[in-house]
Amino acid sequence: MSRIGVFICHCGENIGATVDCERVARACAGIPGVVHSVDYKYMCSDPGQNMIKDAIRDHNLTGVVVGACSPRMHEPTFRRACEEAGLNPFLCEMANIREHCSWVHEKSEVTTEKAIDLVRVIVEKVRRNKPLFPIKVPVTKTALVLGGGIAGIQAALDIANAGHKVIMVERSPSIGGHMSQLSETFPTLDCSQCILTPRMVEVARHPNITLHTYSEIESLDGFIGNFKVKIRKKARSVDEKLCTGCGLCTQKCPTKKIPSEFDAGLGMRSAIYVPFPQAVPNKPVIDRLHCTFFLKGKCRLCEKVCPTQAIRFDQEDTIVEADIGAVVLATGFDIKHADFFPEYGYGAYKDVIDGLQFERLASASGPTLGEIRRPSDGRKPETVVFIACAGSRDPAKGIEYCSKICCMYTAKHAMLYRHKVHGGKAYIFYMDIRAGGKMYEEFVRRAIEEDGVRYVRGRVSRVYEREGKLIVQGADTLLGAQPVEIEADMVVLATAAVANDGAEELAQKMHVSYDAYKFFAEAHPKLKPVETNTAGIFLAGACQAPKDIPESVAQASGAAAKVSALFSQDELTREPVIAVVNRCAPPLYSTCVGCFLCQAACPYQAIEKEEIRARDGNLIKTVAKVNPGLCQGCGTCVAVCRTKAIDLQGFSNEQVFAEVMALLNRSEANAGI
Amino acid sequence: MPEFEPRIVAFVCNWCTYAGADLTGTSRIKYSPNVEVIRFPCTGRIDFMLLLKAFAEGADGIIVSGCHPNDCHYTSGNFHARRRWILFRGLLDFMGIDVRRVQFSWVSAAEGAKWADVVNTTVEAVRKLGPYDNYRQIARSGGV
Repeated sequence: MSRIGVFICHCGENIGATVDCERVARACAGIPGVVHSVDYKYMCSDPGQNMIKDAIRDHNLTGVVVGACSPRMHEPTFRRACEEAGLNPFLCEMANIREHCSWVHEKSEVTTEKAIDLVRVIVEKVRRNKPLFPIKVPVTKTALVLGGGIAGIQAALDIANAGHKVIMVERSPSIGGHMSQLSETFPTLDCSQCILTPRMVEVARHPNITLHTYSEIESLDGFIGNFKVKIRKKARSVDEKLCTGCGLCTQKCPTKKIPSEFDAGLGMRSAIYVPFPQAVPNKPVIDRLHCTFFLKGKCRLCEKVCPTQAIRFDQEDTIVEADIGAVVLATGFDIKHADFFPEYGYGAYKDVIDGLQFERLASASGPTLGEIRRPSDGRKPETVVFIACAGSRDPAKGIEYCSKICCMYTAKHAMLYRHKVHGGKAYIFYMDIRAGGKMYEEFVRRAIEEDGVRYVRGRVSRVYEREGKLIVQGADTLLGAQPVEIEADMVVLATAAVANDGAEELAQKMHVSYDAYKFFAEAHPKLKPVETNTAGIFLAGACQAPKDIPESVAQASGAAAKVSALFSQDELTREPVIAVVNRCAPPLYSTCVGCFLCQAACPYQAIEKEEIRARDGNLIKTVAKVNPGLCQGCGTCVAVCRTKAIDLQGFSNEQVFAEVMALLNRSEANAGI
Repeated sequence: MPEFEPRIVAFVCNWCTYAGADLTGTSRIKYSPNVEVIRFPCTGRIDFMLLLKAFAEGADGIIVSGCHPNDCHYTSGNFHARRRWILFRGLLDFMGIDVRRVQFSWVSAAEGAKWADVVNTTVEAVRKLGPYDNYRQIARSGGV
């Protein structure tokens, strides 16, 4: 006979305000098998947990049901408490009466009834729970860091400095990311490359870091501590070992009119190129889509001039395989580009540019060597209009969130412009100024008060050209929505920060969740901001949501700390929620008929064949067997099994059918006793 | 006579829809209390005999919901579920069970509002269809 304890949590007012917790506890006391049922203000608090521990000892409980928040929140807490009191942790389950009941329904009889139902269902499940024992698996102490921007660099260095191996994969030819493109950084105005490039070099030189640039992830299999990754190293067409990075090939390459990705299209590069002078590794790559040899079959000029014969036209993509224990996703973000703002003339007028392009104009290493000049005619603009929230916070554009970094970088842009073009006029159209951050508000005030940047609160409706000037039409909502018209020489759009190209495909390869905007989803918005729902995969930087540099670095160090903690163990314990094929003595009676539908359905190749032999060695039959190291516990095999020979521990057929039956058979228990 | 209150059982996966329903709660979006959720690791685990069992035990409607195609935590469980549902739906129809009472949907962990919407739409649809006890009667009489 089961001896189950039921513990109903009020969660302060969160459950208690809509659900009559005392009644739930009273009603549950009447469920057959329940010997103890109480309610308490905060079950997860120390006194609450002690109530559970004491009850396990005093009432000799064989199962515990906690009616509280989502099991995704506190199941580990309560299971640990049970374990400490000597009860197998897998005999404890949670009924979700907060997220699925009190928070989503009004205070009423019906809501309390539903709470009782939810607890009753779990009681029926727990009655059928069996003690399970965690599975031990080894840990491969190598981390994979995806993305070589500032977040990836920070994470890789932190993990490597903790003494673990790191494999860094970057899809472009050099690491550095968006930060390497920036001119100066807010709020200190220190030069971005000056603080970044030493770190890039450190990554390249670190004995614990293996760097794969111009590479992408092909696939990721396995589970925490034991992933297998396939990395596609794209053909660079240059032998990295022989190349010295002298740059002769890039000078001699006849195809020089290719818009440079690094200069956001404002500068040009050759077909064989190094993205920027401080690139790491400083080895060129041939852009096969533009190279004359690959297009027309002749040229080979770079091959002729290369002093070390490092050019390899016949190089092919190679696949590198590696065993890894954890992954840090730091793939960053992108900004919205052309065609997204036809009303602002982007794409139609050369002098309407985006924020990243302005960074390149203002950068000393940029196409204008740091002078602010119009892309169209190279003149110094006398009036520049900056438009904040171009796309962001705009449901009509489909981007409802705030891109977070634009308020600050727009203030910085206007400031840099005023520093570089004395006498120039800078206007900023804004919706709100969001300058939360250390020294941020002061920075914006400095732009306004010291550098005379004029802030106009209102949206811009339209930008059009008239007699060589860009006419910016907007409204000043602080002056009663009075129309404003500014004749500008250049317009800079602070376009929305969006998820990177291919973020969705990557998330699917990694089996991590992502939100409606394709940003990767964290496991918990507050308490697990660097974890994903997939154990062993962590997030860093703007691939999770728009972030500035300090935040990206902080999160990257957070992710690195998580990885280091993981790698500090030699063995991991994994939840024993895995499939098992029934076997009983004599083995002949296994109900498995050996159809192996399960094998075809298993996404992890965890089903093996096992031969059942008689004593004389004759084969009786071949049945399925689950490899507990590979099984992840999805249960797809259970649903396809014709003879119900395979079952999932923790979600067994007996348990789930009992749940359905309990749910729909409201007994007198609900009426309250 | 009080209005008919349908009882809906929702079979959901742990990683997407259960988390999505948690988000509905965290966002305090209200929805109809007629639905009660049973958690599974994956939609691939949902044996469709469970659906019949639910009807036999008195459910008026059923929701099955998991991760969007390609988003399955276990790579392909939702594809198995979808394929099985396509076959099972035909069978239900052939058996004379009103397939409008089963709602199959994808709700991701980020779609808290969608979960509320799926629940409310299903409850309203089943409310219009009225109570369902044909299958229960057959099951009780030992016909199944």
